[in-house]
Amino acid sequence: MTAPILTVRDLTKRYGGLTAVNEVSFDVQEGEILSVIGPNGAGKSTIFKLISSFVKPTRGEVRFRGEVISGLAPHVVARKGVVRTFQETTIFKGMTARDSVIVAHHLRSQASLAGFFFGTVAARRDEDAFARSADEILEFLGLDAVGNELASNLPQGHLRALGIAIGLAADPKILLLDEPFAGMNVDETRQAVERVRAVRDRGVTCLLVEHDMAAVMKISDRIVVINFGVKIAEGTPEAIRADDKVIEAYLGVEDETIGL
Amino acid sequence: MTNSRRAGSVAAVAVFLAAVFVAIPLAIAATGRTDLYYTLSSVALLAIASGGVWLTFYIGRINIGQGAWALVGGYASAVLVTTYGWSFWLSLPVAGLFCALMSMLVGLPILRLRGVYFSMVTLVLTEVARLTALALPITNGARGITSIPTPGAIRLFGVTLVPGFETFANRNAPFYFLSAAMMTLCFAGLWRLVHSRLGRLFAAMRQNEELASSMGVNVPLLRVVAYAISSFLGGIGGAIFVAIAQSIYPSSFTINDSVNFMLNCFLGGLGFVFGPMLGTLVLYFGWDLLFQTGQYQLLIYSGVMILLMLVLPNGLLSLRWPSRGRP
Repeated sequence: MTAPILTVRDLTKRYGGLTAVNEVSFDVQEGEILSVIGPNGAGKSTIFKLISSFVKPTRGEVRFRGEVISGLAPHVVARKGVVRTFQETTIFKGMTARDSVIVAHHLRSQASLAGFFFGTVAARRDEDAFARSADEILEFLGLDAVGNELASNLPQGHLRALGIAIGLAADPKILLLDEPFAGMNVDETRQAVERVRAVRDRGVTCLLVEHDMAAVMKISDRIVVINFGVKIAEGTPEAIRADDKVIEAYLGVEDETIGL
Repeated sequence: MTNSRRAGSVAAVAVFLAAVFVAIPLAIAATGRTDLYYTLSSVALLAIASGGVWLTFYIGRINIGQGAWALVGGYASAVLVTTYGWSFWLSLPVAGLFCALMSMLVGLPILRLRGVYFSMVTLVLTEVARLTALALPITNGARGITSIPTPGAIRLFGVTLVPGFETFANRNAPFYFLSAAMMTLCFAGLWRLVHSRLGRLFAAMRQNEELASSMGVNVPLLRVVAYAISSFLGGIGGAIFVAIAQSIYPSSFTINDSVNFMLNCFLGGLGFVFGPMLGTLVLYFGWDLLFQTGQYQLLIYSGVMILLMLVLPNGLLSLRWPSRGRP
């Protein structure tokens, strides 16, 4: 097995007396789709924010290609290639979809900001490259028809795709997806699953934090299950489906909805 | 940009330049109202400072502290000219850069605050600047700095590019051209800034700082950069003001001025680069026109301001471009 792209070791986060995440460890392999799942309040979101460095861990660390990234500023982590997406309410409301994606190419700039001010050759070359790349990404995610719509006017499904488009524009090595299937019906979920697969096929490793068990079972190469801030299982969807601890954690939820 | 829009923009700029540098001086010469030179210089300088405030609005911070930087810039230029014998022309950019540098130190901690908390700190900043000017020996306390010489000539290789201001019969005329030229330069720079990549990053930060940082934007750094540019403009405006008045006191710029700088932006329209320019003009002359109403001046003024904010929340320029929500 090659070295993992992302290593999570003994990750712990305490808020006062509450331990939201307790000594969680797992690896993410290059090119896989790994999902972190768990019941409500299990600590999934905290893990997500810890990996993207929006929250600093109390203990433990996250390494990206061997380099510690936990504790760095979020924009530094993004620059290294660990990029997170947000749920659909976090967008640039006053910008068009296309402008949002163009501005998200920030990291790929060759020219300096002063260069952009004076309109140097390098800056104009960047502008053209960003516009082309943005159009390609919009088309890839089926957003080409709504590129010139204001983001605030887009329906929910498109906003999810826009979130991924903004993430892709930052040229990630690993994309962290925050509940990409939340609040979607069966049809939308199927499309969204296809979208995540397509992103992986572009060579971007995907780490999902998700609630929707059926979708997770369908899409993931491996799954990490969290309950009360502790990792209780890790493995392929088949292994997770048969795991006693997982079934116990989800007890009270109807079998069908969790895909058992 | 399409050709017709480009042509429209070029025409608008030409009209603006012709009005400011040809029509107004001719009109003043024809009517003999040379006092207008002083008034319009003030408007231009206040517009420059307001343009700075506008930029902090652009990154989503309500800045009620521009008076502090106008004061700092004014004192920096005054001290350099009187104590160290510098030329005004050299002191002007140095005063602006001094403000930019100081505002970076101040901005690093306070720009982490958002909303009303940032506003309150900036409001206090003006008062801090005034009290500092009162206390420091170099600023000469409450007596201020007076008898500041007017700008001398600019000579390059023996050629006089700008004659010394003392050679003019009416010194307000060269000051008008200086102020108007600086205003044109500053707003051209602001326009370019907002329409370059940096401006788009500023807009992205205003709309969502977390999302901006998730795509690798160094949000804390760019916030400080925006604030430094803003304070630079405040310092430039203040320095020229002081050169016109030939004096500066701790009370030359007060909280009242800080509030006015902010109101100028609101009135002109936060969505438009040139909003602060129009806002300053209307507010300055509006206040003067209401002078005839005597004790009702402030009442009518405040009432009209409240009404304008209710009816035109996006400022006066939104009347001109109802369909375009962005600068």
